Amino acid sequence: MSNYYQPEVETASKEEMRKIQTENLIRIVNDCYNKIPFYKKKFDETGIKPADIKSIDDIAKLPFTEKQDLRDNYPYGLFAVDKEDVVRVHASSGTTGKQTVVGYTQNDIDIWSNSTARAIAAAGGTKSDYIHVSYGYGLFTGGLGLHYGAERLGATAIPVSAGNTARQIQILQDFGSNIICCTPSYAMYIGEALKEMGIDPKTLPLRAGIFGAEPWSENMRNEIEKALAIDAYDIYGLSEITGPGVSFECSEKNGLHICEDYFYPEIIDPDTLEPVEDGAYGELVFTCIGKEALPLIRYRTRDISAITREPCGCGRTLVRMFKPKGRTDDMLIIRGVNVFPSQVEHVILSLGMEPNYLILIDRKDNLDVMTVQIEMSEKMFSDSVREIEANESRIKDSLLSTLGVSASVVLVEPHTIPRSEGKAKRVIDNRKM
Amino acid sequence: MSIQQISIFLENKAGRLAEITSILAQNSIDIRALSIADTSDYGILRLIVDDPEKAKKTLKASEITVSITDVLGISVNDSPGAFAKAIGILSDANIGVEYAYAFITPEKGKAYVILRVADNDKASNILKESSIKIINQDEIFI
Repeated sequence: MSNYYQPEVETASKEEMRKIQTENLIRIVNDCYNKIPFYKKKFDETGIKPADIKSIDDIAKLPFTEKQDLRDNYPYGLFAVDKEDVVRVHASSGTTGKQTVVGYTQNDIDIWSNSTARAIAAAGGTKSDYIHVSYGYGLFTGGLGLHYGAERLGATAIPVSAGNTARQIQILQDFGSNIICCTPSYAMYIGEALKEMGIDPKTLPLRAGIFGAEPWSENMRNEIEKALAIDAYDIYGLSEITGPGVSFECSEKNGLHICEDYFYPEIIDPDTLEPVEDGAYGELVFTCIGKEALPLIRYRTRDISAITREPCGCGRTLVRMFKPKGRTDDMLIIRGVNVFPSQVEHVILSLGMEPNYLILIDRKDNLDVMTVQIEMSEKMFSDSVREIEANESRIKDSLLSTLGVSASVVLVEPHTIPRSEGKAKRVIDNRKM
Repeated sequence: MSIQQISIFLENKAGRLAEITSILAQNSIDIRALSIADTSDYGILRLIVDDPEKAKKTLKASEITVSITDVLGISVNDSPGAFAKAIGILSDANIGVEYAYAFITPEKGKAYVILRVADNDKASNILKESSIKIINQDEIFI
């Protein structure tokens, strides 16, 4: 028997869902055309008028939106509402040091909360449960996303945030946490810590975990389930769409149910930009039909996935997507944070150094470790160790403030980082997910 | 009055020191003194050579990162207390020594010490006042 938070939507018939989607799409198409100059221009360029959109099936007529569009309109240029109506903003990494800013009206917070409440319910969560939120709280959407979902469900939110593992474990033991929400690699880290402390995970009230913000495999799921003695569920999202909760796993653990009443999914061929048939892999695209502040149309996520409308054993009729298989761009996720190699390049260049660098990513003790190798140059070299160290610190601090995640810096001999004809290989990712 | 010291960046990789000293040998560059400052990731190899400019050109041609630093050289009696006395003089005058290394000299009964200080002129004046001999580049290679 499945836990639904909103059974009427989660088990809606195809016709009911199409009706919701059609109404929502028409609403946002009009909002975008009338309130967002960027979209009016795009529509006019392609000769589309809001009146041309009569049903959800007409969605393929609409233009795409990309991350660059958000950057070009930084910070609030794509908002469809006045600032008095924006009750929250969040931000995530941009590729050149500028963040990608997103905004929410109260309605948008409500639908986001509904989405994560559905996710928590699908993981077996109820009003009587304690939801231990170890995603970061702040501009990052992870912490607040799951937090509001827990409160919406009527459960008890424990806003632990990330870090301080000893305290996490104390809270798991003493506060009665039933469902933990964090990145899969942090879950493994906690698992290892429990083992070291000689605590049997079965003695904890913890039953389940909702893990996301970075890719993880079936093998990883098995490891986590063993290490924490729980059921591990996947959750997916991106801040441009809303944050975590765009889709979530159910007890079948076979694909993630998309909240398609709010975020309409498509899979397109990344080269031809044409939609592909159900089951075929391609680029995941979302249209934020349920949103008001930032109702993005056909936003290209760069994640590679496929969708299926086969019936699910849990009874939900919400369309399922498969775990993203990779990306169409070079974005990396390190300790749950989006990192683009070009950001590293930007930092190096802004410090007046030659951009001969290599990013190495390893997983040590279940945590992602990023090392940036930079070639020593005449300009940077000094006879004084103190000066070289000061330079290294400057680079480290700049990377931390730009990327939002810390990296160690290793200086290497000049001309030891391979050059190449075409696109330089800037990243060596040694992690096996 | 100062001595030109070559500084070379050494990544902590096996064979780097052998490679660099081999390049110098192949180009007949004579090393009189040497010291290595080490950190966990890299080292700085400091050399006093007979022809600093030639050494720098040769190393740069092999794509090695080099710089030249002006350091101070002093000559003290090769006996206990002589070095302590010289350092004491600098310390009393509030002159900090960043690093130092000593080496065998052709002059019997004397020890040469290379010192890196912030202000070479100030340091050499103070030392000369106390009759400590400052040596120059030519005196190292008699």
